[in-house]
Amino acid sequence: MSAPLKPPAAETFHHPSGLAGLAADWASDQRTFKNVSWGKAMMWIFLLSDTFVFGCFLLAYMAARMSTTVPWPNPSEVFALEIAGTHMPLILIAIMTFVLISSSGTMAMAVNYGYRRDRRKTAALMLVTAFFGATFVGMQAFEWSKLISEGVRPWGNPWGAAQFGSSFFMITGFHGTHVTFGVIFLLIVARKVWRGDFETERRGFFTSRKGRYEIVEITGLYWHFVDLVWVFIFAFFYLW
Amino acid sequence: MAHAEAHAEQQQHPIKLYLLVWGLLFVLSALSYLVDYFGLEGFLRWSLILIFMMLKAGLIIAVFMHMAWERLALIYAVLLPPLLVLVFVALMVSESNYILFTRLAFFGSAP
Repeated sequence: MSAPLKPPAAETFHHPSGLAGLAADWASDQRTFKNVSWGKAMMWIFLLSDTFVFGCFLLAYMAARMSTTVPWPNPSEVFALEIAGTHMPLILIAIMTFVLISSSGTMAMAVNYGYRRDRRKTAALMLVTAFFGATFVGMQAFEWSKLISEGVRPWGNPWGAAQFGSSFFMITGFHGTHVTFGVIFLLIVARKVWRGDFETERRGFFTSRKGRYEIVEITGLYWHFVDLVWVFIFAFFYLW
Repeated sequence: MAHAEAHAEQQQHPIKLYLLVWGLLFVLSALSYLVDYFGLEGFLRWSLILIFMMLKAGLIIAVFMHMAWERLALIYAVLLPPLLVLVFVALMVSESNYILFTRLAFFGSAP
């Protein structure tokens, strides 16, 4: 006489999409980010906070540059190089941009192969990404040494407004630190992928769950963010 | 867990798509470099730089960071707050102009 048992509610519950879905996801006493794991959601929230930090740095630089009465150095010339006897304005920064974009490309492919459970390709692509990242940091070290030898300091420079030095070291330094930590993060996760930690349920930092290659995507989110910040630094610091 | 695995399958996109975006990012970066190389100035320079910047940022967030395939709940949580920074930008532009004005008025143009 009893009605047939319904399947568990979780499997039949329908999540509406679009704006109605947005309102429903945020509205009631339930998990908001439905199809996103905690690891991924927390990386997004961390990146949001990092966006504000970088945003404030770029804003401080904008305010310093707009309010100074002293001429601002021309970045196109400051970052020019003589290559094979030719004067190339801003060439160093252009090369650094291409290196970082390439690292983003290899990282996106690593995430893809991670979800296909192709251990070797994932690890190899992550190592290539780390290599591009390290190359970027190396070129930045070259850029810093060159400018320091030309007399740029956080309190002054030979070409004009003193704020140029402090903005330059603060913004590129903070970004370079992010790249450096990203390279370390990539190497740690690449080693775990290579060793097969996600297959054998080996316990450890970030790998307590079995067979989840999602950490590769989370690492990728951080790495793409570093590239994303560079897009804004490239536009506002070097092209302005 | 079933949900997470279903999601993991969602984030599998053809490699071709990533290569396409990679190529587009290269082209857009080259174009922004050319804006400086040819020494464009004024409104043209700024609109081109900002357009290329927004296109690059959009491609990275949408495809490389998979934002295009997330639910709106996450998209709005991540993308709306940074947009509000534009209010802060407007405040600081106004403040910078005022500081520049007072510096010129009281100290003259010499450093």
